[in-house]
Amino acid sequence: MSVDLEKILRPIENPIPPFPAKHVTLASGEDMVIRQVTRDEIPDILVYVAPLLHVERDYYDVVAARLYGELLAYYRYRVQDEYVLVAQIDGEVAAVVNGRLLSPEVGMSYHTVALRRGLRIGAHSFAAKMEYHIDIMKQKEVLVVAESPIGFRRWMIEYKLEKRFDIPHELGGVPSWALTRELFDRARETLVVGRRPVPDKLLEKAKAGLLPPSDPPTPPEDLLAATRSRYDSTGTALMAQQWKQEGKV
Amino acid sequence: MRDVYAIGIGITSFTRLEYPLVEIACYPAMMAMKDCGVRAIDHVYVANMGGGRINHQTGLASAVVDSLSLTPAGAAGIENGPASGASAIREGFQAVASGMCDVVLVTGAERMREVNNLDATDFVATLSHPLAEYVYGVTLPSLAGLFTKLYMQKYGVTARHLAMVAVKNQNNALRNEFAHLHQKITVEGILDSPEAMTNNPFVAEPLRFFDCCPVSDGGACVILASKEVAKKTGKPMVRLAGVGQATDTHAVHERKEPTDLLAVRGAAKKCFQMAGFGPKDVNVAELHDAFTILEIVESEEAGFFPKGEGHLALERGETSLEGRLPINPSGGLKGRGHPVGATGIAQAYEIVLQLRGEAGERQVKEAKKGFTCNFGGFGNNVVCLAFERED
Repeated sequence: MSVDLEKILRPIENPIPPFPAKHVTLASGEDMVIRQVTRDEIPDILVYVAPLLHVERDYYDVVAARLYGELLAYYRYRVQDEYVLVAQIDGEVAAVVNGRLLSPEVGMSYHTVALRRGLRIGAHSFAAKMEYHIDIMKQKEVLVVAESPIGFRRWMIEYKLEKRFDIPHELGGVPSWALTRELFDRARETLVVGRRPVPDKLLEKAKAGLLPPSDPPTPPEDLLAATRSRYDSTGTALMAQQWKQEGKV
Repeated sequence: MRDVYAIGIGITSFTRLEYPLVEIACYPAMMAMKDCGVRAIDHVYVANMGGGRINHQTGLASAVVDSLSLTPAGAAGIENGPASGASAIREGFQAVASGMCDVVLVTGAERMREVNNLDATDFVATLSHPLAEYVYGVTLPSLAGLFTKLYMQKYGVTARHLAMVAVKNQNNALRNEFAHLHQKITVEGILDSPEAMTNNPFVAEPLRFFDCCPVSDGGACVILASKEVAKKTGKPMVRLAGVGQATDTHAVHERKEPTDLLAVRGAAKKCFQMAGFGPKDVNVAELHDAFTILEIVESEEAGFFPKGEGHLALERGETSLEGRLPINPSGGLKGRGHPVGATGIAQAYEIVLQLRGEAGERQVKEAKKGFTCNFGGFGNNVVCLAFERED
């Protein structure tokens, strides 16, 4: 008797209501579309996540490594009830957020990665993810953790999340925090924005292709670099050393 | 008095810097010495406001002069709140003008990102009146918020005018590789769109997020010298033509008319008197826009526009990069950033760059005369500088 092992290994396909796309006007005046992506689009996203594995700043490396695994597992049917949303500006991938259902009533937030920094791109994307859990999937609460101080400020402080420290989060087994329906309702007016439906042209452009991020976080060219500016790629001591070698001092 | 010239300039990126405060002060100094090719320095002035408090680093001038291998040159630290930078330039000016020194190096540095934003705000708030303001929780954004509200009521300035300053300066900063903020913003995105309140929330009403400068690390340096030394550098001759300083009451509520910034008015007047030219002759200005309202008000108090009409000049585009009097082509504190001790020197850096014609994409056409206003406290200690290119 033959056994289809793949059927055993694959998670059960539970029906999840789709995330209706929305759009947000950023401080730059650009329109950002947040939409759910299909499995087929995941390989295109992986290409943009992989370089972040080498960006130490703000824990991009840890987040990218975990997100890469989560996206790959989703693509290859090795994770239960996951979804992935992307934020796009003119087709360009600006952020990726994902999560899954722990149970019909409780969500498990995975990651929020901004591939373009600032303008609340990550914050708007996270808000859309919470909206998906609370308003669309009608869940009671979402378990959240932060790997970076920026994440902590954005989620734990801005949303005033409740402690669920008795529940280890799936990201590293660390104590969880929870966004409840009540907390979400309180944040609704100030943090959760966006409009529906997305104008056809805008949505078509987003769906036409996941274009590469125009200014993604990158590792420093020189490991001793102190700032993002290539003109500040060395500290004074090294510069003095160079001048000495050049006979200038 | 002898004439004094700005012969060398240097700057770091204004952002979050990972190296120590001493390095932040030394790096632009190295750049400035490289810029002018002069390394025989008589005296070093180091402007800094918070080293002792937030970086556990005092005696900064001694550390800098040694790190730069400039011993036995004299060295002194200058702490004068957010006006520390221009105050240090003023000291340097006196040293050269008096004949006491031929070449002085004035560098400024701050490393504010070592602490979180709340601590940084608190540290800056310590410049307020300890008994009449600080103990009641006054911070600089709160003072600026109250000031803005009064100004709006009295002169008709609106949230749109403030947003226009933010957009202008942050977009100027896109052309400055050393600026802290490299993000284009629009009035639609920060004021008009349905998402604007989330993109740009109130910080101290009516001031919003994009009305406030970022908290930055950074350093800047200007080397001042006598005419004889300046001629030898082969650089365009940029003279520090005027220096003016004035003060006002420590506590803002003690001012007869709180919407008047008398220290700016007084400092600018002294500065122009010394320079021998007036506001109408200035081609480019760097004003202390820690909050967007300040650019508008300082542009009036310095004499560029009549009192209460700065926002109208802004509306007409006169202060844009292509306007009659470009203000803050560097991005100002709003876009370039505001490491408090370095800011006054960074303003001078920008004006010297502009007068030399080396400002690249943000070059103001035919800039011959420039002006800076470095605003300490909430307008209780102000230093203005006037520069002139001599052909």
